Amino acid sequence: MNFDINAIFQIAGIGIITAMIHTVLKQMGKEDMAHWATVIGFVVVMFMVIRLLDQLFQEIKTIFLFQ
Amino acid sequence: MEIIQVVGLGLLVTILSLILKEQKPMFAFLLTACAALFIFIFLADKIAAVIRVIESLALETNVNLVYLKTILKIIGIAYIAELGAQIVRDSGFSSIASKIELAGKVLIIVMAVPIIEVLIRTVISMLPASA
Repeated sequence: MNFDINAIFQIAGIGIITAMIHTVLKQMGKEDMAHWATVIGFVVVMFMVIRLLDQLFQEIKTIFLFQ
Repeated sequence: MEIIQVVGLGLLVTILSLILKEQKPMFAFLLTACAALFIFIFLADKIAAVIRVIESLALETNVNLVYLKTILKIIGIAYIAELGAQIVRDSGFSSIASKIELAGKVLIIVMAVPIIEVLIRTVISMLPASA
């Protein structure tokens, strides 16, 4: 099992840090900035997951469908 | 002992997503999806080895390769549909998950129709009345 376990920690870390930034920005009264921070963190993590999904689909295509 | 690694990954992701769910449920969802993808990619490598063996056996025994390809495609569809349905069900949308499963079943039956047709034609040609 030679996959990159760091990605799991990266996603969890990004989530926790984004939650922290969100809380801090909300305490400072900058609600819309807080929401933007959350959205940007979400997009970053989404890109990681989509890259993995693409890798899985390519692998399944080569294994099962001979294409 | 790769099963220990898989179980360890599962426990780790469960704990991390329990922590994240308090703060941001979206990230917990993405984390579980990422873990599911990891495990499926890992399993895809393992299945590939089995399929190579089946393929070489089929080549040696001169089985029509169309059947083997169809069966492999069916297994692939089942694999992907299961992954998608489980990820969607994890995030609480069981209705969409069952639609994905339904789509998987329908696509599998569409793939299997030529094989079923050959089978039924063979049976019919064996019947004495059909001559």
